[in-house]
Amino acid sequence: MNIIITAIIATVILAVLGIIFGLFLAGIDRRITARMQARIGPPLLQPFTDVRKLFAKQNIVPANAVSWLFNLMPVIALASSIAILLYLPFGSLAPILGDAGDIILVLYLLIVPSLALVIGGFASGSPYATVGAQREMVSMIAYELPLAFAVILVAWRLMISGVVNPFSLNTLMQTSVWDVVGPLGIIGIVILLFLFAWITPGELSKVPFDSPEAETELAGGILAEYSGKNLGMFSLAQAVKTVAIIAFGIILLLPWNLSPAFGLSGISAGAVDLVFFAVKAIIIMILSVTVIKTMMARFRITQVVKLYWFVFGALGIIAMILFVADAFLMGVL
Amino acid sequence: MAGNAPYKVPVGPIHPALKEPVHIELTVVGEEVISADFTPGQTHRGIEWMGLSRNPVQIVHLTDRICGICGVTHSLAFARAVEQIAEINAPERADYVRTIIAEFERIQSHLLWAGVAAHELGFDTLFYLAWRVREEAMDAIELITGNRVNYDIIQIGGVRRDITEDKFDKIRKCLNSYKDLFAKLKKLFLEDAVIKSRCKGTGLLSVEKAAAYSTVGPTARASGLTADLRVDYPYCAYGDLDLKPVMPTIYGKDCDGDTYDRIVVRIFEIAQSIEIIETCLDNMPFGAVLYEEKVAKILALCKKASGEAVGRHEAPRGEAVHYVAMNNAEAPAAWKVKASSYSNLHVWPLILKGNQLADIPVIVASVDPCLSCTDRVAVADENGFKKIYTKEDLSKMSYLKSRRMSE
Repeated sequence: MNIIITAIIATVILAVLGIIFGLFLAGIDRRITARMQARIGPPLLQPFTDVRKLFAKQNIVPANAVSWLFNLMPVIALASSIAILLYLPFGSLAPILGDAGDIILVLYLLIVPSLALVIGGFASGSPYATVGAQREMVSMIAYELPLAFAVILVAWRLMISGVVNPFSLNTLMQTSVWDVVGPLGIIGIVILLFLFAWITPGELSKVPFDSPEAETELAGGILAEYSGKNLGMFSLAQAVKTVAIIAFGIILLLPWNLSPAFGLSGISAGAVDLVFFAVKAIIIMILSVTVIKTMMARFRITQVVKLYWFVFGALGIIAMILFVADAFLMGVL
Repeated sequence: MAGNAPYKVPVGPIHPALKEPVHIELTVVGEEVISADFTPGQTHRGIEWMGLSRNPVQIVHLTDRICGICGVTHSLAFARAVEQIAEINAPERADYVRTIIAEFERIQSHLLWAGVAAHELGFDTLFYLAWRVREEAMDAIELITGNRVNYDIIQIGGVRRDITEDKFDKIRKCLNSYKDLFAKLKKLFLEDAVIKSRCKGTGLLSVEKAAAYSTVGPTARASGLTADLRVDYPYCAYGDLDLKPVMPTIYGKDCDGDTYDRIVVRIFEIAQSIEIIETCLDNMPFGAVLYEEKVAKILALCKKASGEAVGRHEAPRGEAVHYVAMNNAEAPAAWKVKASSYSNLHVWPLILKGNQLADIPVIVASVDPCLSCTDRVAVADENGFKKIYTKEDLSKMSYLKSRRMSE
């Protein structure tokens, strides 16, 4: 009983922190984008204000929407994004449900918010949302391939180095893939980092991969019919998902903590590592979301698929070859 | 629910991709547009009708407000029509001032368009850049005319304001900043990989179709028609200049008539306009800028005039035509405006067909549609219901009207 209560309390705390940090990241993103475009940009806390406004507004359900699906999907999107956080470590704080799931589960959970968006789009009964939902499905299929490469390669490399339970997030927290590889493997990890930087905007539907929402073509696409609290819930889900995908990238490829370097332990170690995690997350977000978003035009959906499958797929294969060669040279294969 | 494929995707009358109201209906299978149709007439304002109860000098102010971007195009075309009827000759210096302001208008209009096109492609950074550098042209226009948008500088028989020597420095400074910027603009718009991949080969308009649909301006030139009023029928100071129509060949490529070629033409026309303004500033003749200073005397001349004339001007979007008929009265007997977009919009169904849905906004924007200038009529009965008139209906209605007028 005690464990369940602890888990529930931890979930609530994590959800609140995840939402706050996610919205804060969105604020940083908007501000830096603006500065890069020689604008001033909104205040850092603008996303909070936006969400507060959305929650104060009326929900409008289109006449030809499937209303129960339409209203259910924002809840599922938010709940599933929060669920991902339960399996991810933040700094040196172990995941709440670390023993109950592994990175494959996280991979699946990452799909759920997008799937909720797709179903919500189809249920809204608008041609814009329908086209947007089709595009979202296609782009999900597209970015899964390089994402799978990144995840499987890291786990495989740990496994053949004799690490027990390589798919568990608790293991990933303790063992960094950087520690087990040789020079060729490091090149491989750098390629995977590059892939992850390009998967993140795809996962979050940001320019140049924002064709599901494409403002100028589809007037908001998948979200075209959403308003008020439902849209607010989707915004929160998006914020939490930002934190989740970035935290996932960090635990896979950049898992270091600061506390061992300072010889800290206990609460101070957790706090220092959490701050370090936040700094890493902000830097990753700026590099892989803000910068890419600012320097590119939107891809067609066909171009998105070609890019993820053929270009990044080929890069994934190169990384795989490097990992295998590295394992061979290191004598573990 | 949109139902089974093919399904209809409406764009407009109000839509983020459109800067002015027009209704485009796309029939879509998957991502491919299999047919497209459009309905203009969503923003008709009845300016021609207002003009028929005003005198030519008042109408010049009205013409300024036909378009929010072409602030000088319509006034110039109208003034040229009236001047022909009343046999008024604008002084040579006025011709140069008219040319300079018309070319500044082309610069700001093309930059505005470039920003919109970048936004349609989802490239907001470029959109902000284009609109930021456009401000310099707006400032120069404000310096010359006193206004940023509705310039109000054209008068029947000349211009209201002269460009004095003390303004030359600032204008030249503005032109130089554009010269420095041109290489950057060219690189950003024409060499960007995503822009290339999305604009090349989309929105194709063959040279035959471009001629058959009577397209004008950059839309026609991108397809390989050498139509440019400034070269073909020189007016104002254009006759003194050595001009060639800007074709995609200027960038060392063939005239494919795709979206990319329309970007090429417009970007290089900015450079051409800079050169024209510089030459005009260097060679400006001295003298008055008005045929007649006193408005009352101009009005008297107009009142005595009778006849009809067509005034033309190569606007940023292509040739704009004003037809004016005067009959010894204060107000003109007839006044018809044909904005350049009127000729260009009709290619939409043609160039949208077969393209990806994602490219529709930029293809729609690629003809640089200006809708409030184009809309000449809105059909509605007393209940607000709309109806489509066929060509036969319209000719029957015009016979009836002619008969009514001759009675």
